[in-house]
Amino acid sequence: MPITVAALLTALAMLAHGKEALPASSDPALEARVLGIAEELRCLVCQNETIAASHADLAVDLRKQIRVQLQAGQTQQQILDFMVERYGDFVLYRPPFQARTLLLWLGPFALLAIAVAVLVVNVRRRRRSALAQEWSPAQSQRARALLDGDAAGRP
Amino acid sequence: MKKFLIPLAIFLVLIGFLAVGLGLDPREVPSPLINKPAPMFSLPLLDAPDQQLTAQDLRGKVWILNVWASWCAACRIEHPLLVEFSKMGVAPIYGLNYKDKPDDAIGWLAKFGDPYTRSLSDREGLVGIDFGVYGVPETFVIDKQGVIRFKQIGPVTPEVLRDEIIPLVRKLGA
Repeated sequence: MPITVAALLTALAMLAHGKEALPASSDPALEARVLGIAEELRCLVCQNETIAASHADLAVDLRKQIRVQLQAGQTQQQILDFMVERYGDFVLYRPPFQARTLLLWLGPFALLAIAVAVLVVNVRRRRRSALAQEWSPAQSQRARALLDGDAAGRP
Repeated sequence: MKKFLIPLAIFLVLIGFLAVGLGLDPREVPSPLINKPAPMFSLPLLDAPDQQLTAQDLRGKVWILNVWASWCAACRIEHPLLVEFSKMGVAPIYGLNYKDKPDDAIGWLAKFGDPYTRSLSDREGLVGIDFGVYGVPETFVIDKQGVIRFKQIGPVTPEVLRDEIIPLVRKLGA
């Protein structure tokens, strides 16, 4: 009985198929350009996604806007400028490299450099202080005893 | 003693940044249009689609643009406040009915009150894009020269109305 049900369901599954989303325009080259530009823009609703990836209504509207503008002959830079004019720099998926964003771009490297510098200084200082130490005769005898396993020290 | 001071100082600086940062809303996108001219627009009236209202028509007065929709839940939160504000007669509120069906919109206003001098139908959201609208509701204060002076992202709260919008409107000479 279960096998019959399974067979029936499989047959039904083969008949059913999800409708693919129709391409917005019949021009695949245009769509590719739309997505190329859309990938440079941030979806302001789901702010970690690009307009290319997001399903938000605003993203759909903005992709449509990109398409219309491309068809009107605008360049990629002109379209990006259009978006930045209205939504600010944050709409660019890659933050622009400007005086304002210098800290954002260089911050991690600067922190790494500081961390390495601190490490190096500390190691040098420790090594220097270790080398500067002078052993008294009592101390060096005890050290030898410990190393050789004498009665004064453990084996 | 001195060894502890440096990490402590760094810690305190970090705490300072945290204190400020945690109070901010990371999802808020400040508008680049503040102090820039409001975009030109020409839209049909919600209740009289054969008539158009343009940005030019609103020159010479301080006015408030409230972006709303019947499908927007947060709009219901600020709506009673807007209705009250419209009764104060401080400045006219014009509604931008964003990506909505006119019938739904008119029904919504009938149900919850209409604070708008007029509402405009932005069915495709194109005027919204020009205003940098990325969510609903949003509210703009525009001066007599047609320059955007203030943008509220999200519902208008009594504090924002009292501390920012009303003083600004008065200052702009409504």
